[in-house]
Amino acid sequence: MTPSLLHYTLHLADNALIIGHRNSEWCGHGPILEQDIAISNIALDYIGQARNFYQYAAELTGNGATEDSLAYLRDAIDFKNCLLTELPNDDWAQTTLRQFFFSAYQYFLYQQLQNSSNQQLAAIAEKALKEVTYHLRWSSEWVIRLGDGTEESKQRMLRAIDELWSFTGELFTPAGYEQQAVTEGYGVDLSQIRENWYKKVTAVFEEATLPLPKENVWMQTGGKTGVHTEHLGFILADMQFLQRAYPGAEW
Amino acid sequence: MEIKNNDTTTHTTTEALEKAVWAILETVPDPEVPVLSVVDLGVVRKVEVTPATTGSKGSLLISYTPTYTGCPAMDVMKMTMQMALQEAGFTAVQFIQVLSPAWTTDWMSESGKEKLKAYGIAPPQYKQAVCTPDSFQQEEAIPCPRCNSYHTRLVSQFGSTACKALYQCNDCKEPFDYFKCH
Repeated sequence: MTPSLLHYTLHLADNALIIGHRNSEWCGHGPILEQDIAISNIALDYIGQARNFYQYAAELTGNGATEDSLAYLRDAIDFKNCLLTELPNDDWAQTTLRQFFFSAYQYFLYQQLQNSSNQQLAAIAEKALKEVTYHLRWSSEWVIRLGDGTEESKQRMLRAIDELWSFTGELFTPAGYEQQAVTEGYGVDLSQIRENWYKKVTAVFEEATLPLPKENVWMQTGGKTGVHTEHLGFILADMQFLQRAYPGAEW
Repeated sequence: MEIKNNDTTTHTTTEALEKAVWAILETVPDPEVPVLSVVDLGVVRKVEVTPATTGSKGSLLISYTPTYTGCPAMDVMKMTMQMALQEAGFTAVQFIQVLSPAWTTDWMSESGKEKLKAYGIAPPQYKQAVCTPDSFQQEEAIPCPRCNSYHTRLVSQFGSTACKALYQCNDCKEPFDYFKCH
């Protein structure tokens, strides 16, 4: 086994765990009960995806590693999630737009990954794709509803686009282990899903009467190789506290 | 659960043991939808028995598949299965998670669907109508489990558990869960 397979698997796991954690922060704070339930459900799907990837990563790591040790005992520099997933929650427009950008990415990614030569990655993707389909549908509807809604909701969506757009480029900028994963036959070539993603965003923005930002502008990167915003440290402090203070605690 | 069988020797054959195990698993409920057993749900995919040479009832390998990736009921189901089997004398039980092929509501038993409806949850429709990412699709026509009216509306794609959507009947006004196609 090459280290790329482990890094690639951890990258997929970290993406799911971190955006899942952000979504879970909405639990009890959603704008209305049904939407609170919706985003909490989506958070739960992500925790499930993360567990499957971490369990496999633990197998690859050996030395007694478990899904829990990988989630709770690694530091920020070891996390390989995209920066988009760790940005703090702002308003509902920003949250649903981030969800839309990310779900569209995951939808096309898992569509390819389910044909991976690595059976475990393929099986996790095949399973998760069904749920991601719901996420994409739900989040597209929110982008359209708010974009083509009231003056206020449109302003909020426009602000969210300004805030998030420069974090979308990283989704399609392959890290070394992703390039290696393509060479070794189990990874997804991001340049191939980029076009589909942009097409989906174009169609939804059009329906939402939102202006499409330029494709080739300067983009933030770093998360995939462990160079994070300061926000990730706060997430980990929150999430990892218990296992750090009481190692091995179970309930 | 006690397996009642006068001829104890048949228990030693693999086939009889397998049958006994399936019968036990049929009594293990889904903690969130207790009218359904793990067998009704289609969560148990395979039971493999290795008969023991003497005394004990042999060892079991049970392949299961989660309904939704993050379903928190899965761990509880596994534990309940283990306990029920242990009570019946199967002490060596191993579980293996199988993700592919991915679980689908097509695997739910017909009797399971009837039990769901009687419990007040609309069972999954026979043919999956909307499982694409396209926004604002026409809603599936789901009959109300209380008055059977098709005059119902979707409240939310996401319900009280990962596997359900929220609906309301426009006729009898009953809000109800729909076990959505997956």
